Formats: sequence, structure tokens, C-alpha cells
Amino acid sequence: MAASLTLDAQAVNRRLRKVPAWPLYLAGLLPLAYMVWELFTGGLGVDPVRQLEHETGLWALKFIIAGLCVTPLRRLTGVSLIKYRRAIGLVAFFYVVLHVLVWLVLDMQFLWGQIGGDILKRPFITLGMAAFVMMIPLAVTSNNRSVRKMGAAAWGRLHKLTYPVAFLGAVHFLLVVKAWPQQPMVYLAIVTVLLAMRVVWARRRTAARMA
Amino acid sequence: MARMYRSRLTEADVTPREIWMNRRQLLAGAGALAAAGAAAGPAAAKLTTVESKYSTMEKSNSLHDITHYNNFYEFGLAKTDPARYADKLTTSPWSVEIGGLVDKPGTYSLDDLMKGITLESRIYRFRCVEAWSMVIPWDGFPLSKVLDRAGVQPSAKYIAFQTVYRPSEMPGQKTSILEWPYVEGLRMDEAMNPLTILATGIYGEPMPKQDGAPIRLVVPWKYGFKSIKSIVKITAVADQPPTTWNRAAPNEYGFYSNVNPHVDHPRWSQATERRIGGGLFSPRIKTLMFNGYGDEVAAMYKGMDLRKDF
Repeated sequence: MAASLTLDAQAVNRRLRKVPAWPLYLAGLLPLAYMVWELFTGGLGVDPVRQLEHETGLWALKFIIAGLCVTPLRRLTGVSLIKYRRAIGLVAFFYVVLHVLVWLVLDMQFLWGQIGGDILKRPFITLGMAAFVMMIPLAVTSNNRSVRKMGAAAWGRLHKLTYPVAFLGAVHFLLVVKAWPQQPMVYLAIVTVLLAMRVVWARRRTAARMA
Repeated sequence: MARMYRSRLTEADVTPREIWMNRRQLLAGAGALAAAGAAAGPAAAKLTTVESKYSTMEKSNSLHDITHYNNFYEFGLAKTDPARYADKLTTSPWSVEIGGLVDKPGTYSLDDLMKGITLESRIYRFRCVEAWSMVIPWDGFPLSKVLDRAGVQPSAKYIAFQTVYRPSEMPGQKTSILEWPYVEGLRMDEAMNPLTILATGIYGEPMPKQDGAPIRLVVPWKYGFKSIKSIVKITAVADQPPTTWNRAAPNEYGFYSNVNPHVDHPRWSQATERRIGGGLFSPRIKTLMFNGYGDEVAAMYKGMDLRKDF
């Protein structure tokens, strides 16, 4: 069973070698295109600002989660999507930027006093903002030159920031709603499982080294 | 680019109300004719109301805004859920039980309850605890009229309210997102305040189901969740009654829940609010103490620490 899986994975990987990553950037624009379409057809409802905030944030979280799935997928099935991970991450960052812009411009309307107070005082905004800030160096260094300059090990360490970003993003979603609806809890559960896998693997690595 | 999102429609593009109403009257009249098979006159679709000095001059939100952006968790969590699912709710027949510490307890049909009542058009600001607001032209009457009729006894210090519990018609009640049925409460002076109304309509139309048909409370100086919908029970009590959101999160939603820009929700600011209705460019405006109704209600809270009793 394992052998056949590995064989299949290798076949998949061979095929994937011919599939470039750039179409992912275009695909990443589809949710935005859909939002614009909704905007003009009334699909965003009575309060389009809140809806845009929600949709851009949710897509950001979805792409962050997609990025976190790349490694587990390779470890569990052998299928490697690593060359698409940069595109996934940058698309996630794109939606985070949109999310922040909708909040600053359309929702808060540049009320800097209240914006500053909210960032400092409101845990869900503090956490969301922290996640956004942590994503900036990741986006800036998401090119081959940075990897070469920093060295693969240091670059890899920096990009482990994705873990707190994902966790903060999911908690941010949970804290923004009233009562305890299911959807944000499901997202937080998915992120927690994906991060727990890393913890388990790291422990195993340490154990193996000690042995 | 920004201009593209803005509607070029103005008030003048709206079908005049008389014509719009007349169309409904014609339809209703046709229905009545068909049903009765007799020469019945067109049914009056519009509620008869008188104007009120308590109405704001601010521009009301459209009926569409008011009926498609609702928090009514009995029908689901999304603000579009009530518009989608509320039509399942049976609102006729409807009765309201009035009990507790009153001289004349009893269960009244809506018609009996409304007997001799003059409906007023009360255009109120409506401020949600989520920091958005609307202006809504309610049709209603002071709650005090009902309470006076029932004869509230001196020992009663609070009024408790209860929403209908009917999970077969209200899918949200099958979930445990809140404790059902929804309950709310007011202190006696709040309940007797002339601003506090029972509303049975909006824009001269019978109350849309997603807005709390057939009869709901409106307390304009408090956050929206205090204005309990689809009421079946009004009880005069001696002790402060439990309220649904307070039970769900006591540190976030107090019994009083007066609109107060100086007391923030633990998770967000209440200093400002977005006035819904302007699409992408709905303005963010300053929230007013008691939602701007301080002249009528501030005296009731004299000497109270509104940070503690939020």
C-alpha cells in the first residue's frame, strides 16, 4: 500500500514538474474578481464594507492554511507542491493587505485615534495586526535572491513565522464574532492540527538525534 | 473609480409611496374580492398612524436595508438569514401572555391587545452593540399603555419579556448558540418611559417577520439586542430578570446595555458607529450618549455608575 502510494506520488510529482506556478497567481485573483462582481450586483448585501472585510479575511486564512498543508502532504503522501508554496503565501498576503485596507479605509475611515487605540487595546485587532506585521518580512523575502542572501537555513527559520501567523489569524477570527459559532472554531481546529503535526515531527527529530 | 460604486439614484427615483401602496391595495383588494366573492372594498394595507414628537428628523434607512440586515439568531447567525427563513414563522393567530405582579393577568390576542390603541410613527435611531446603526420608522405605541391597562402592582420593579419558542419554525432555536427562548428585561421606570414602545409595524406596513413580527419591543437608547422581538410573554416581577445576552457573556453584555460611547465592549470600541445604508461609503459617525436620547432618559440613571452598571 505504502509502496503504491509512493509510486503514485512520484508519477504525480513528475507530472507536476511540467505545471508552472504562475497560473496560481491568476487563480488567486479569482476570489477578488468574485467580490468585485458581488459588489456591482448587490451580492455583498446591505453592508458591503463588513462583507468585504469578512471575505478578504477569510480568503487570507484559507490561503495561509493551504500553505501550511504543503509539507504535511509531502510527508504523508510524497506529493510535493513545494514549488507552488511561494505563490500560495503571496496570494494569502495579498488578501491580508486587502483586509487591512478595507478596515483602515472603508470601515475605520482613517480615524487614527480610534485605530491606534483599537490596535493596542482590542485583543482581536492586536492579534490580527501582529499577524499582518509578521507576514511583511515573509512577503519581502519571498524571492530566490533573499534565499541565497540569507542562506537556506536562516530563510527557513524566518519563514517559520508562518506558524504564529496562522494561529493568530484563526484566533483573530474567533474573537471577532459574538457567541461561539462553529465556523471560526473549525478554522482554529484545522490550524491547530496542522501546527501540532510540526510539533510532533520536531520532537521526533530531536529524539532521533539524541538516540 | 470611486464614483462608480455610488448609486446615482435619488429620492426622486423612488416610486412614490402612494402609488406603491395603491398597487398593494389593489392586489389585496383583488385577493379579498376573490376570497369573499363579494364587492368588498380594497383592503387597507397601510397602518393608520399619527406623528410623534419623539421622531428624529434624520433620514430613515430603506425598507430593504431594514429587512435584509438583521440579527435574529432564531433564524440563523448571518444577517441575511432572517430575510431568508423568517417567512416560516406563523404570526397569526398570535397572543401575548401578560402576567406576574399585575391586577389583570391574562392571555390576550393581538387584536385584543391593540384595542383602542393609537399607533404612532416613531422614527428612531437604532444602535447595534456591533457598532453599526440605522434609522428606522417604527409604528408602535408606548409599552406603558399595556402595563397601565394590566395594572402593575407596586411590588413589581421590573418587566420581563420573552420571545416565542417554536423550533419547528425557527431553525436557530434547534442550535445552542444562545439559551432559548430569548428573554429580556427592563427596570420599571425604563419600561414606563414614553420612548419605550411596542412596535407592530415599519413604514406603515405590518411588522416584517424578520424584524420581529407581529409585535416587538423598541428601546431606542439601548443597544439593539434589548429590543426583543416576536414577544409572547410580558411579566411584571420584583427582581431583576435574567437576560439572554447577559447570561451568554456577562462581562460583555450588561443588564442595562445603554448606548454609551465611553464604555467600550471588551472586544471593540463603542466610540463610533457606521451608519448603514451608504454602501461602500457608509459614514462612521460619533456614537451619542444614550444614542442621543439623553434628554428623555438620562435622569433615570442619575447617581448610577454606568461603567459598573453597563
